Amino acid sequence: MSEDTGTRTGGLGDLKKIFGSGSSNLRQFGILFSLIAIILLFQYLTDGLTLSSGNLINLVSQYSYILILAIGMVMVIIAGHIDLSVGSVAAFVGIVVATAMRDWNFPWPLAILLGLFVGALIGAWQGAWVAYVGVPAFIVTLAGMLIFRGGNQVIGNANTVPVPDGFTIIGSGYLPEVGPNTGYNNLTLLLGLIIVLAVIYSEWRARRVQSIMGSTPAPLWVSIVKVVLLCAVIVYASILFAGGRVGTSFPVSGIILGVLVLFYAFVTRNTIFGRHVYAVGGNKLAAELSGVKSRRVNFLVMMNMSILSALAGMIFVARSVASGPQDGLSWELDAIAAVFIGGAAVSGGIGTVVGSIIGGLVMAVLNNGLQLLGVGSDWVQIIKGMVLLVAVGVDVWNKSQGRPSIIGLLTRKKKTAEFPAEPPLVVPDTGTPESARPQATRPN
Amino acid sequence: MSTDHVILEMRSITKEFPGVKALSDVSITVNRGEIHAICGENGAGKSTLMKVLSGVYPSGTFTGDIIYQGENVHFKDIRSSEEAGIVIIHQELALIPELSITENIFLGNEPTKWGAIDWITAKKTALELLARVGLRDDPDTLIKNIGVGKQQLVEIAKALNKSVKVLILDEPTAALNESDSMHLLDLIRGLKGKGISSIMISHKLNEIEQVADSITIIRDGKTIETLDVVADGVNEDRIIRGMVGRSLESRFPDRTPHIGEVFFEVRDWTVQHPQVAERMVVKGSNLNVRRGEIVGIAGLMGAGRTELAMSIFGRSYGNFISGSLYKDGKEIVLKSVADAIDHGLAYVSEDRKALGLNLLDDIKRSVVSAKLSKISAGPVVNDSKEFGIAEEYRKSLRIKTPSVNAGVSKLSGGNQQKVVLAKWMFTDPDLLILDEPTRGIDVGAKYEIYGIIQQLAKQGKGVILISSELPELLGLADRIYTVFEGAITDCIPAASADPETLMKSMTSARKKVQSI
Repeated sequence: MSEDTGTRTGGLGDLKKIFGSGSSNLRQFGILFSLIAIILLFQYLTDGLTLSSGNLINLVSQYSYILILAIGMVMVIIAGHIDLSVGSVAAFVGIVVATAMRDWNFPWPLAILLGLFVGALIGAWQGAWVAYVGVPAFIVTLAGMLIFRGGNQVIGNANTVPVPDGFTIIGSGYLPEVGPNTGYNNLTLLLGLIIVLAVIYSEWRARRVQSIMGSTPAPLWVSIVKVVLLCAVIVYASILFAGGRVGTSFPVSGIILGVLVLFYAFVTRNTIFGRHVYAVGGNKLAAELSGVKSRRVNFLVMMNMSILSALAGMIFVARSVASGPQDGLSWELDAIAAVFIGGAAVSGGIGTVVGSIIGGLVMAVLNNGLQLLGVGSDWVQIIKGMVLLVAVGVDVWNKSQGRPSIIGLLTRKKKTAEFPAEPPLVVPDTGTPESARPQATRPN
Repeated sequence: MSTDHVILEMRSITKEFPGVKALSDVSITVNRGEIHAICGENGAGKSTLMKVLSGVYPSGTFTGDIIYQGENVHFKDIRSSEEAGIVIIHQELALIPELSITENIFLGNEPTKWGAIDWITAKKTALELLARVGLRDDPDTLIKNIGVGKQQLVEIAKALNKSVKVLILDEPTAALNESDSMHLLDLIRGLKGKGISSIMISHKLNEIEQVADSITIIRDGKTIETLDVVADGVNEDRIIRGMVGRSLESRFPDRTPHIGEVFFEVRDWTVQHPQVAERMVVKGSNLNVRRGEIVGIAGLMGAGRTELAMSIFGRSYGNFISGSLYKDGKEIVLKSVADAIDHGLAYVSEDRKALGLNLLDDIKRSVVSAKLSKISAGPVVNDSKEFGIAEEYRKSLRIKTPSVNAGVSKLSGGNQQKVVLAKWMFTDPDLLILDEPTRGIDVGAKYEIYGIIQQLAKQGKGVILISSELPELLGLADRIYTVFEGAITDCIPAASADPETLMKSMTSARKKVQSI
């Protein structure tokens, strides 16, 4: 539900723009707030351990592969499917790559390419079943989950296979130390600086595009506050990442994740293919009658997911220095949970890459914080389950009440008091006079 | 003031949604055993009023009184209004396709014996009910296997089973063909004889004129007037004047056609049903379109009009058997929708919600969705171009919305249709196939859409207009093909056509079609 129509001005509406541009939805806004709240809560409960260098570095390298899966999964879910096989595919590719390096003497860069290739093959296999044969993805990937888990054990004889040192860089490598000794990792600081510049540039560009489009951008102070806040967070984070134990800094897997997030956020938002994914998930028939080749879209989305699974699997193997039969167990559930916490709809057509990453981070911080507190894995699971249920439940309940979120409600009340003459921004779904009709029974 | 002949009175109903007043001080009075029509443009508040009455909006969420059979009633949900005998039948039917007629009639209301469903009683009652609505199908037939007309009758049978006193029908004939509509209207008249009152919402003013006893007109959430059909001598123009607040001198904008040479031809077009191999839904059809011409296609529901159109449009329906397409004298082969778009064809489907739009999308994205390549550099979509183009169409087609960033689901039917038209105009087609472009759209928006269609023809594009409303075809088209059972039976210049001749060709088998 796109809530901001670009017409709101003043007061809390602007305040909200600090946290997102006009097109971002409130769901994401709410989940971002939850993430900040959870971080601050654990920061307090763990006496500052959560936002320490060591823990942050650990958090990134420990969860980057789940977040990579979430990127692929959100596209699968937007297109109206699901992929249950990601954990097994990751494990299968992991053992293939490990075996290739140990037994067939593949150099590690070639092994990585081999892994991606195997992932693409598996994706093409599953994608063909889904897109061209028409078997529901739930079934195809349930089968894939069994097939590739078994495949892992066949190839590895249900044993672990170690990987060489060079390979481990993608899982447990860090940005190297270069330049003068500043007491910090210079490359990490440089990375932070680049991101700061990018944030400033993109905000400037967004404002320019908005004024070209003829819509009034938010007041300048909103942009300035937004940029300053964001940059403060980035600078703080890069100092933390750069100031860790000697030899550690921002993880290589985190950089891979970052590049993928940027790339896929762009693909889903700004490319024809991205539009087609949303179109197929939103209304397949309408998309087909608009010339969208829905089969090809479904095929590519499933294939993409398996390639990302392969990458995630290799990063995990690199981090744990060996590939084993239990790798990737129940990863699919973590990835799916991240996507739904991040605001995607089960019925397809709705979801964002950035939202899913935030959703994944909520789960990651929660997991990590509870571990720091010494909570047992039994209770961690219960708490994670409740968080998933409550997050999606609140969302569904809000929609059925015809309001986007509690925060949205507050801002609207405030606004109508200030600007009584303004047209309504949110007409409740159930209340639009002519649009709300029960689901149709259509004749054949 | 409750008197015996009044069964239902709604007094000063006001219903607000955050920021919108959907109904403001609306009152209607329905007499026992009358057919009361409610007329108004889309968005006037008709459906909201009926939702208030049937308890979809529970008592307390609106102000005003509902006096039913002399008592002030407070329905808290649909169930409680149904128990009192007020049953609403929605435009889009609420039947379950995979269940049988009997199962649907008794859904949520199953007769039981010792805790198990008593199918014998159910079936017996179902047979009685079906006889009352004049449906002779086996009650074990699955809903998906009977047509919309019959489904509508099943809905009414279901209502009768609930001992209905006030039957609310929302656009009951919107999806029905002429003969099914007549049957339904007769049935409603028959129910009236048995003391059942009906409240009918319809855009088909000729039907209202035929069956209604009184008419309440709603505009912008307010009651404008209540007319007694006989006493006030009501006709269609009178109703339209009340609905739009002005009289439309003409229901079609003026136009002088500038017709060029034939540029698009369909020859010997034959298409097979997608599931039933022996059934040909389009049989050896020939037709042609000239530049600047509006070509009408008339035919009853199920005659194969949509099938013909969709199969031409990149084989998006059925299995292609034989036939060829010629554009500008050259044969073209369209194997996919993308091919069709590339060759300058556009198809506006008859069901804009299911086939025309992605309701999750906003206006600007919908407008460009059929030809993204036009505003893209390589694979990358240019956002600001998209916005600019959507803005142009918003202005030129007068799409009523605060912003093109708004979701299409928030628009009224007429404005949604304008978005669909914009989407296809953006592909810059030479031939537009419009399938029921004004279905479910109010009078004012219809007039605007007619204007857009004529404008397209004026630009030298060919237009194929499929419509169930004969006056619309006669008012807009230059030439009309009639279709019967998948075959084109006639081709008549609109100037010399009238509803009777069209209807005759639409209901009788092939005669020799001469090209004119």
